[in-house]
Amino acid sequence: MTDNPTRSFIVLDRLRKEFGGVVAVNDLSLNFAKGQISALIGPNGAGKTTVFNLITGFLPPTSGSITLNGVNLSGKKPHRIASMGVGRTFQNVQVFPAMTVLENVMVGRHLRSRCGMAVSCLLPQALRPEEKRIREASMVWLEAVGLKDQADRTAGSLPLGSQRMLEIARAMALEPSVLFLDEPASGLNARETAGMGDLIVKIKAMGITIILVEHDMELVMDISDNVAVVNFGSLIAEGTPKDIQANPDVINAYLGA
Amino acid sequence: MMEPSSVSFSDILQYIIMGVQSGCIYALVAMGFNMIYNATGIINFAQGEFVVLGGLLMVSLTMTLNLPIPLSFAATTLAVTAAGVAMERFTINPVKNPTVLRLIIITIAVSIIVKGAAMGIWGKNSYFMRHFSGSEPLDFLGASLLPQTLWIVGTLVLIVAAYIYFFNHTMTGKCMRACAINRDAARLSGINDRRMVMLSFALSAGIGAIAGIIITPIIQMDYARGALLGIKGFGAAVLGGLGNSMGAIIAGILLGVLEAASAGLISSHYMDAIALFILLLVLFVRPSGIFGSSAAMRLKEF
Amino acid sequence: MNMKDYIGIGVLALIVAVMPFAVGNDYYLGVLVFTALNCLTCIGLCLLLGYAGQISLGHSAFVAIGAYASALLTTKLGWNPWAAMGAGIVISLVTAVLVGIPTLKLKGHYLAMATLGFASIVHVVLVAAVDITGGPSGVSGIPRLELFGLALDTDTRIFYFCWALVLVALYFAVNLIHSRVGRGLQAIHGSEDAASSLGVNITVDKIRIFALSAVFASVSGSLYSHYVLYIDPGPFDVMHSVLLITMVAVGGIHSIWGAVTGAVLLSLLPEGLSFLSEGLAQFNIQYKTDYDTLIYGAILLSIMLFLPEGLFDGIRRSFSFFSKTNTETERGQ
Repeated sequence: MTDNPTRSFIVLDRLRKEFGGVVAVNDLSLNFAKGQISALIGPNGAGKTTVFNLITGFLPPTSGSITLNGVNLSGKKPHRIASMGVGRTFQNVQVFPAMTVLENVMVGRHLRSRCGMAVSCLLPQALRPEEKRIREASMVWLEAVGLKDQADRTAGSLPLGSQRMLEIARAMALEPSVLFLDEPASGLNARETAGMGDLIVKIKAMGITIILVEHDMELVMDISDNVAVVNFGSLIAEGTPKDIQANPDVINAYLGA
Repeated sequence: MMEPSSVSFSDILQYIIMGVQSGCIYALVAMGFNMIYNATGIINFAQGEFVVLGGLLMVSLTMTLNLPIPLSFAATTLAVTAAGVAMERFTINPVKNPTVLRLIIITIAVSIIVKGAAMGIWGKNSYFMRHFSGSEPLDFLGASLLPQTLWIVGTLVLIVAAYIYFFNHTMTGKCMRACAINRDAARLSGINDRRMVMLSFALSAGIGAIAGIIITPIIQMDYARGALLGIKGFGAAVLGGLGNSMGAIIAGILLGVLEAASAGLISSHYMDAIALFILLLVLFVRPSGIFGSSAAMRLKEF
Repeated sequence: MNMKDYIGIGVLALIVAVMPFAVGNDYYLGVLVFTALNCLTCIGLCLLLGYAGQISLGHSAFVAIGAYASALLTTKLGWNPWAAMGAGIVISLVTAVLVGIPTLKLKGHYLAMATLGFASIVHVVLVAAVDITGGPSGVSGIPRLELFGLALDTDTRIFYFCWALVLVALYFAVNLIHSRVGRGLQAIHGSEDAASSLGVNITVDKIRIFALSAVFASVSGSLYSHYVLYIDPGPFDVMHSVLLITMVAVGGIHSIWGAVTGAVLLSLLPEGLSFLSEGLAQFNIQYKTDYDTLIYGAILLSIMLFLPEGLFDGIRRSFSFFSKTNTETERGQ
């Protein structure tokens, strides 16, 4: 499997995470292909979010390695991993509640701009062109997720569905090569979920690799190119949505036979 | 300053006695911190003020009104307990959606109010108080031992015994423990968690008052002592593992002895800095405390 | 975006310009000098507390470092006051970074206690290191500042100089808030995880804003030394840290203007209370200055209970000029 270069964009090699004796991720080896939508599914507590947190640097792995395009990610801090082109959203939405919707996305341009503290304090005129670029790029993303007319509202006052959209706009402002979405449809109604699916497909069309953790199976089977099923921190099946739906191991894991 | 070579056995014993004496107080303050922390997750920045209130009220009752010590003791403890309840009712309970920052500032505000009131009532003087049973030091293996120190240690032992009995053998105590472990689950099983919060402030204030009462004959109380007593007590609470009261007792005494020993062996001018330095060191290196397991690190959440 | 803030700075500059003519009395000008010094510290503290969301009960220590660096280097080593102030800034900066590295890993209550511990240690050292600091008897004979050959020896001159620095500090702060760095800080306040997932180096940014606020405090301390000309450890105890936090919180932590409002009101409060006590004396009611602390606490508590966004927010809501179209969605900023 690993000899196909597009299959090995993100490679987890015997990734392991223990929390005081409890094994959350058990020597998981997994590849994610470039430019595709890959879904990571499994029952509650299967270790999906832990895998996300390991890849994006929020948790250090106990052992094993994570590489992105051949570059080692394990042990790096989240902000370093972000600078390597990895964007993410959170299962429990984490917008910056007191900032406006536009400012939230502008934070996403943090790595695409560079004015430091001294210049910011002393020479605000020098910042103007860069600020203008940040603002424009951010508006593009707000428009893409349909939040353009909410730009001046405080993010905390948005409904949950819009907050999830905002998180994606914010992560996309980073111009990532890969985007990790942690349950993007959780808490959304059917209409919002459909909109979310469209947005994810649109992002894929821009050439961005998407890794998805999601419980809404209809959404997962609808948009994913590839599905990996984990249970108790181990991989139990991998394949196209069709394969997975027919796989007896997967049915067992979900129904707990 | 003393040459290290001249330190004798009796000197060391003396440091230990002094250390245990102040350590008992730190332990009691730390227990007060833990009770409120367990019930609410709040660190009460006014904890030291309960100690000051206890000490100063006791001085007024015994020295000014000439009431007998047992009566004053009970009256003072009750009054400060009531102050603790009032604090919870009027400043903590009404806050509907608290942020950590807001709660910190609220308890700081209460500490300023108590300090201001104490200054208004008692002025800026330090107050003497007569020892419970004579101020003639006893000779103990070459070191001198004040009878008051025995009172302090005895009181701590009694409080710890009462504490263990209360939390293990009474319904209310068990309910409080349940709340500390999981407030939502406790509420679902019918425990009135709001009442537990009030009770925790009451007990915490009462224990603080007792600490103030027993230490005042030795240190002479004044209105401004609260902050330092509070922060040293917090040091003991963190050293013992925040929320763990048995840990706090050992840690408090350890802190007191370390402080007294370093004051004797290094310099008494820097004595107050020692406990604070240990507090910072623990916070930086092992915030779960010497007895806490690093797996149970929920405390970093706050 | 920051036009309103620039207008605010302009209005404040006008008020400052005419103030000495309105206040004929040197005593009250002196009170306003102390007000300016508190404003300076509070502006820095507000960047740390209100924008980056990190509490510090340790800023009295940085005021003390500035004050003692100025006092000791000028009196004992004969340094030029400006050089001494610069040295104070450097020492505060280095201390802030060294203290900040382990301390800013902590959150909430722990951060508050750790910074309080730091401030207490500095105060203990000021009292105990008699050989260096003069201990409780302090340092006297501190020289005045001189600006282009002009000695800052009248209250009016010092008033203008200190308030000019406040205006400069406000200008810096306003610019910072509306920059990429400022947004990064507010993001840390909102969610540390989300901020770092977007590439904000939360560890370094927290330390940098802590250090910047320490510098503001240090300058304020140096100015205090060169104005009062005598210092002892008294004003630099942890109560001063608590007072600074009180000022920021009373005004409203989410706005730099809140910090200024709080600093001005609470710095003037003792004067207001002494007026009050004169008034009360006519009715034979005795008011002791001892009660000032009690009143501070009562004000802080009432604000936290009934107006948690602070006085400035309350004032702003009552004036349409400062409020945006939909006030109910507005929080912070």
